[in-house]
Amino acid sequence: MKFTTLSGSLLKLFLFGLVLFFIFSFNPRAFCQDTTIVTDSIPPGPPSNVVAKDTPYDRGRSITINWVKSADDGGGANDVKGYEIMRATQVDGDYELIGNTTAGAQYFIDNDVRDKVSYFYKIRGTDGTNTSVSLPSLAAMSKPQWVNLRRTNIFIFVVALTFAILYYINRAKAGKELFIRKIAGLEAVDDAVGRATEMGRKIFYIPGISDMDNMQTIAGLTILGRVAKVAAEYEARLEVPVSRSMVMVSAREVMKEAYSNAGRPDSFNEDLVYYLTDDQFGYAAAVDGLFVREKPAAIFLMGQFYAESLILAETGNSVGAIQIAGTAAPAQIPFFIAACDFTLIGEELFAASAYLSKDPKLLGSLKGQDVGKVIFLAAIILGVILFTFNLMDIGPWFAVG
Amino acid sequence: MRREVPLMICAIVGFTLIIVYFVPHPPFSDMRDLFSDWFSVIAAFAIYLGILNLLKNSVDKVYRKRSGWGFSIVTIAGFVLFVFIGLYEGSDFGEIGTRYYWLYDRIYFPLMATMFAILAFFIGSASYRAFRARNVEATVLLLAAFFVMLGRVPIGYYLTSWLPEGWRMSDVASAIMTYPQMAGQRAVMIGIALGIVSTSLRIILGIERTFLGGE
Repeated sequence: MKFTTLSGSLLKLFLFGLVLFFIFSFNPRAFCQDTTIVTDSIPPGPPSNVVAKDTPYDRGRSITINWVKSADDGGGANDVKGYEIMRATQVDGDYELIGNTTAGAQYFIDNDVRDKVSYFYKIRGTDGTNTSVSLPSLAAMSKPQWVNLRRTNIFIFVVALTFAILYYINRAKAGKELFIRKIAGLEAVDDAVGRATEMGRKIFYIPGISDMDNMQTIAGLTILGRVAKVAAEYEARLEVPVSRSMVMVSAREVMKEAYSNAGRPDSFNEDLVYYLTDDQFGYAAAVDGLFVREKPAAIFLMGQFYAESLILAETGNSVGAIQIAGTAAPAQIPFFIAACDFTLIGEELFAASAYLSKDPKLLGSLKGQDVGKVIFLAAIILGVILFTFNLMDIGPWFAVG
Repeated sequence: MRREVPLMICAIVGFTLIIVYFVPHPPFSDMRDLFSDWFSVIAAFAIYLGILNLLKNSVDKVYRKRSGWGFSIVTIAGFVLFVFIGLYEGSDFGEIGTRYYWLYDRIYFPLMATMFAILAFFIGSASYRAFRARNVEATVLLLAAFFVMLGRVPIGYYLTSWLPEGWRMSDVASAIMTYPQMAGQRAVMIGIALGIVSTSLRIILGIERTFLGGE
């Protein structure tokens, strides 16, 4: 939708009005604040009702202590600065300081205990100068639990999703055709590689800065397989500078296989995948240098990125490369959308291998994923209706313990 | 065997970690840390592959005087300098006052900070392109950014402090961040979470094997 001249003028008028509004409503005195320091010699009221219990649904070695805060915390003299947690193995033994909290706190988790040993706790309120101690708690003993019942909701959901995925994989294997919507970023892979071939320039593939224990890196490497295959077919030069040694080894395997599948195993050279540095900004500087010196025709940014995402994408943009990015890091997605030609948003990165390979088993898993979305959508709609009419809050059902 | 063994390791570790998530009792509770330690050990050994590769490429680039060979000299010199100073300082090489710390504090850290600082300029150039009011969507983005940016800084709050609560710039910014922004981000997050679960299952079940070089 293009703007008409009239609507453009109205927008300028609106922005001009906003500027005038702020200039005339500026009040410099609002920046000034008075501060007063008050001290006393009266100790705050002691915390009370100290209860220590084994932390539920955990691996053991942890006790949770709850207490009722001092009368002078949030009320009375309102001078409590914080609480100190003290522990002993005998009720009348020597209590040692094991931690502290800020004012207003009413619980503390002690993760430095041994299982099957009794512990007693006292809470000491402090106003910075004076303190007051609570009565001791009853004995508490930690022990590990077999099942984390707080995660029952996740267990049910994972089981349901697994069955849905397996069901659709079987359906796909049986020959049922499954629809998958077009993903522009993946459709553009061939064009980007073709452009690089025509221009006689390099292609750079950046698989993020995380290691092989990150799902996004793995998803990025699956796309590398496709890009490498097309590059091998077109005889374009593809380079993969990496920031992790294990990614280097894996990327070499992926590329080697892709070049073999393209019928050009001789074109593969291990030096096409090379290590730069593990350091985030050192890597960004090195890759930026490569972009500026080599002026690639196409750049792929696929994987886990952090603050370096925009540094890389803007440099790529400045050298005129066609850029296809994909990440599941929500904070980096807007940067890629602003600086790249195509962006795989979140789940599209994980769908890439199924989309590119058209393997029925992989496509079936995508369909099963859609079942998960339907469950979430139904829960959101139901939750909004029930909560709006003050009937029920189903939010806690989805809380992760 | 070259494919089957890694796939089997993936399946065993994957299933075990799923059990660990729901069963906190030993020995399962210790397995997550155990696998994490193993990963760290493998990654620590793998770093030598990376270092050797970096040195090989840098030396080769200097020897053949390929494009950017001057930078490779800096890379090699930096590597040698840091390694030798670190070895010379011994096990306390990272302590304040050592030569290694001086190199880190006076050279390495400022270089990293400089790279990070460049981000500010890139945000400016990217915002300029993204926020140009070329159509209705871009204009909505521009206005949302205007209110959020001004509402997040003290001046935005003080400029509109005379307005009734709920209508101030900071309130508008909070409303934008709490409702439309949060809703959009959660939708993306749900998709990502499902994508990760689905991809994990494909890897554990051996359906997804592209990352091992398979089809």
